[in-house]
Amino acid sequence: MPEMQGPDKVFRDGLAKGQINLQQCDDCERFIFFPRVLCPHCKGSSLTWRAASGDGTVHTTTTVRRKPERGGDYNVCMVELAEGVRLMSRVDDISPDGVKIGLAVTAFVGEIDGVPAVLCKPAGA
Amino acid sequence: MRGKSAIVGVGHAGFGEAPGFSAYEIMAQSALAALDDAGLKLSDVDGLFCTMMEDSMPVLMAAEYLGIQPRYVDGTMLGGSSFVNYLTSASLALQAGLCDVALICYGSNQRTASGRLVTASKLPPYEGLYSPRYPISAYAMAAARHMYEYGTTREQLADVAVAARAWARHNPEAFERGELTREDVLGARMVSDPLTTRDCCLVTDGGGAIVMVRADRAGDFPKAPVYVLGSAAASSHRQISQMQDFTVTAARESGERAFAMAGVTPGDIDVVELYDAFTINTILFLEDLGFCAKGEGGAFVADGRIAPGGALPVNTNGGGLSCVHPGMYGIFTVIEAARQIRGDAPGLQQDNVELALAHGNGGVLSSQVTAILGAASTV
Repeated sequence: MPEMQGPDKVFRDGLAKGQINLQQCDDCERFIFFPRVLCPHCKGSSLTWRAASGDGTVHTTTTVRRKPERGGDYNVCMVELAEGVRLMSRVDDISPDGVKIGLAVTAFVGEIDGVPAVLCKPAGA
Repeated sequence: MRGKSAIVGVGHAGFGEAPGFSAYEIMAQSALAALDDAGLKLSDVDGLFCTMMEDSMPVLMAAEYLGIQPRYVDGTMLGGSSFVNYLTSASLALQAGLCDVALICYGSNQRTASGRLVTASKLPPYEGLYSPRYPISAYAMAAARHMYEYGTTREQLADVAVAARAWARHNPEAFERGELTREDVLGARMVSDPLTTRDCCLVTDGGGAIVMVRADRAGDFPKAPVYVLGSAAASSHRQISQMQDFTVTAARESGERAFAMAGVTPGDIDVVELYDAFTINTILFLEDLGFCAKGEGGAFVADGRIAPGGALPVNTNGGGLSCVHPGMYGIFTVIEAARQIRGDAPGLQQDNVELALAHGNGGVLSSQVTAILGAASTV
């Protein structure tokens, strides 16, 4: 059955239900992110949603410095999920300076300013 | 395209602080300066190449402000690399006879107007929620990955800023001319690790402009012509999260094509002008453009090797880090390269400059544009 809504909305609706879903290309079998109506690798347009494993690794990271009265320093990082896609995220449950490249993380759906967002925590935490 | 068009005038205005002036006023003053340099008038201009940080149709605003109705316009917006990219489109338009006098111009008042980087860029949808500081956090993550993979150090990054300042100290047009040491950079306030305030380009006012004509009449103007020998663009992403390899930019591709068009190699280049929005940029571009191997950029820039008297003159005006950075710096890489070739650089003029490279960067390492310029002897 053809999807009745664009992949951007489907992804966000999934997040609202606590699910991280990723598109996999039916032709080249690669996972893609961000959600699209086509595969940026092989240009195929047949994509299937799969639930993400949640397993990931910090690919690169930065601590954004902020005054304590404004909330203090926070992490911004790129996480590579086990499916092979990379996305921007934030690692919680650890101080920003503790987030290192190569850190194994688990992705989960949290909230930033009331908006559902993919966040991460150290694996096993 | 090699050598078929030439820069016959360059100009600038409002460097540093231009309180009370609007972005379009600074743009127009720059345009007049470049036309004066070329011995031409605004009424001679029939091709306009411009984008600004304001407005959705800046090239039309610019034409209106200048009071011209150009036959050919290009307002392609690639961020700070746009103005190096206009060398390609202006060359093609000139050769096709779509225009006879091409004016490339830019201006911004963002230091005195707001004191911080003004950008119309909205944070991309899959990034904005995480509040990366735009654009520095993107460059910080590239720097962090380069340090992780290649052992590049904070000290090596700092030496890029120190070298830029060393050049700027000799340039009366540069905004920051005070002494800057490695310790100053390392001890500056951290903004987005591993980059401190001194790893970041300036926020200044300023504008620049370039006048180009076909090569067959390039000798008819007061200043020595500077020929466009090669120019090429490559883009790899818009959002930093879509960058395939955080340690390799599309400059590898733009550089390779620009060098091939010009028929020269990195070893032939006399001066190198790179868009140094952040200290990591200089390292990445020197690697990707072939001046050193991937991963060796840190050592290449360290200990004064790209400073005055070093192995390779890089950013001889002081760059975006110390000379001028009014939101988009790309046009100033071309202007400094042209002046070094003409022999009238405002700071440390290098001896016998025949070939110069100007490299523009746009977005968050997204758009890379490389131009190779040469004196008449190289055509």
